[in-house]
Amino acid sequence: MSDTLLEVQGLRAAHGQLVAVRDLDFSIARGEVVALIGANGAGKTTLLRCLAGVHPTAAGRVMLDGTDITALLAHQRVRRGLAMVPEGRRLFDDMSVRENLRVAGDHGRPGDWTIQKVLDALPALPPIIDRPAGALSGGQRQAAAIGRALMTNPDVLLLDEVSLGLSPLAVEEVYRNLAHLREAGRTSLLLVEQDLSRAMAFADRVLCLREGRIVLQGPAQSLTREAVTAAYFGVEADSPTEAHS
Amino acid sequence: MIEALIQGLLLGGFYAILAAGLSLMFGVMRIINLAHGDLAIVGAFGVIALTERFGLSPWLALALVLPVMALIGIALQRWLFARTLRAGILLPLLVTFGLGAVLQNALYGVFGSEARSLGNALGDLAWASWELPGGIIVGQLPVIIFVIAVAVLAGLQLMLSFTRLGRAIRAAASDPEAAALCGVDATRVHRAAAAIAVALAGLAGALLAMQATVEPYGGPMLLIQAFEAVVIGGIGSLWGTLLGGVLLGVAQSLGALWSPQGFQLAGHLLFLAVLGARLWRQHRHQLGRPALPGWRHPRARKAVRA
Repeated sequence: MSDTLLEVQGLRAAHGQLVAVRDLDFSIARGEVVALIGANGAGKTTLLRCLAGVHPTAAGRVMLDGTDITALLAHQRVRRGLAMVPEGRRLFDDMSVRENLRVAGDHGRPGDWTIQKVLDALPALPPIIDRPAGALSGGQRQAAAIGRALMTNPDVLLLDEVSLGLSPLAVEEVYRNLAHLREAGRTSLLLVEQDLSRAMAFADRVLCLREGRIVLQGPAQSLTREAVTAAYFGVEADSPTEAHS
Repeated sequence: MIEALIQGLLLGGFYAILAAGLSLMFGVMRIINLAHGDLAIVGAFGVIALTERFGLSPWLALALVLPVMALIGIALQRWLFARTLRAGILLPLLVTFGLGAVLQNALYGVFGSEARSLGNALGDLAWASWELPGGIIVGQLPVIIFVIAVAVLAGLQLMLSFTRLGRAIRAAASDPEAAALCGVDATRVHRAAAAIAVALAGLAGALLAMQATVEPYGGPMLLIQAFEAVVIGGIGSLWGTLLGGVLLGVAQSLGALWSPQGFQLAGHLLFLAVLGARLWRQHRHQLGRPALPGWRHPRARKAVRA
């Protein structure tokens, strides 16, 4: 079994005539936390949706633990160990939080995560477990969506716009929950984050996208904020930059 | 008057079963199945055929027909509806409209144009009744059909609330993409929902044939009644569907007191009134106004006084 868990080779995706993701190559190691940053329209969400199987890929391959999953549908990828917390959380609002978790537990990959373990790992959830998902606050919805994804027992968890629309307190709470996951070390995280400081503080590695291309990547500790900001806004040349630790 | 109300209430059970299938298919697959009424007629003729050809009890014939109807639902979903779903909202409408026409003509070709009933096969039950205090007569068969309707809807509600399949159906109906991201296989869920919906249509058709007559071209009228019950009761709630069916049945029974043509007319008028009220409320809501002019929520009234 290799240390590389998720490998993306030459991935290309479009919205009609508009190419959103251009020939991307990158990989994520087992247990690694990678932050995907970039301005609006950089292709972050499209990339995550392609990886999850809910947006068609025009070219390239997605390998999960050495297996080509490019042709698999979203629910089949979930059963191989790839889960996604989509932008907007997309909870089933008419169901309780417990029912949301059970749907994922029923249909996801068998594994160690149970409702009780999710409640232990995400302290925000126990008080709201029997409340309708439609009645939750933004931070609670994010915690419930993360819990729901965990119930599928993922090896790789994709999180889109982790802190978008959340109050600072809710963001703190969500990152505390993610830190619990990280400590467990069982799940690799690829998270889209608009807050550069937080992304660089939390992730092991940072990938910066601009116009569908990776314009900067490297260990979070070795990247300077100036370099990331320059890549983010396109002040530097378009050629990919590899930072060295 | 009271007798008419009771008859309307009992008739509502039949409408609820008929409407539940239509509502389920729309809720899960977003298909407005214009062949729903014709599928009900297929179920009715299936039971009639088994009863007439093999001398089976209508209830036994119904028990045999329902799994076949479920299989027809799975086949339709697999080879017809699933293909049309990819092409937007118009194609499923056209395809199910065409399917309805095909079913009507196929039934006409096989069974002829004669109206049929299961009344004779039911024997005494077809006209047996109970006399309630006050001299009110209630037919036994309508009561049995109402009890079946409540039991079926309760069973469906329990299935949707407490089973793996039920939660998957609700999840797929709520947000298909999010359901897929939870590992829910939409193909299997859609087939299961189609099986249940078509079996419900078949059940409704057979129950209709027990208390009235059915004929090959009767599907569109059943479709209209199912639509009316769904709109009156609201999509997305089985108990709402039962309420819609009961209100429709009561309106029709009261309309029949006024004139024979009033039976259908009263149902249509109630449907139009509810539809109009819903549109009015939606319009007011979009304008940020209360549902009724001058109406304030009690809490808002208190706040104004304070």
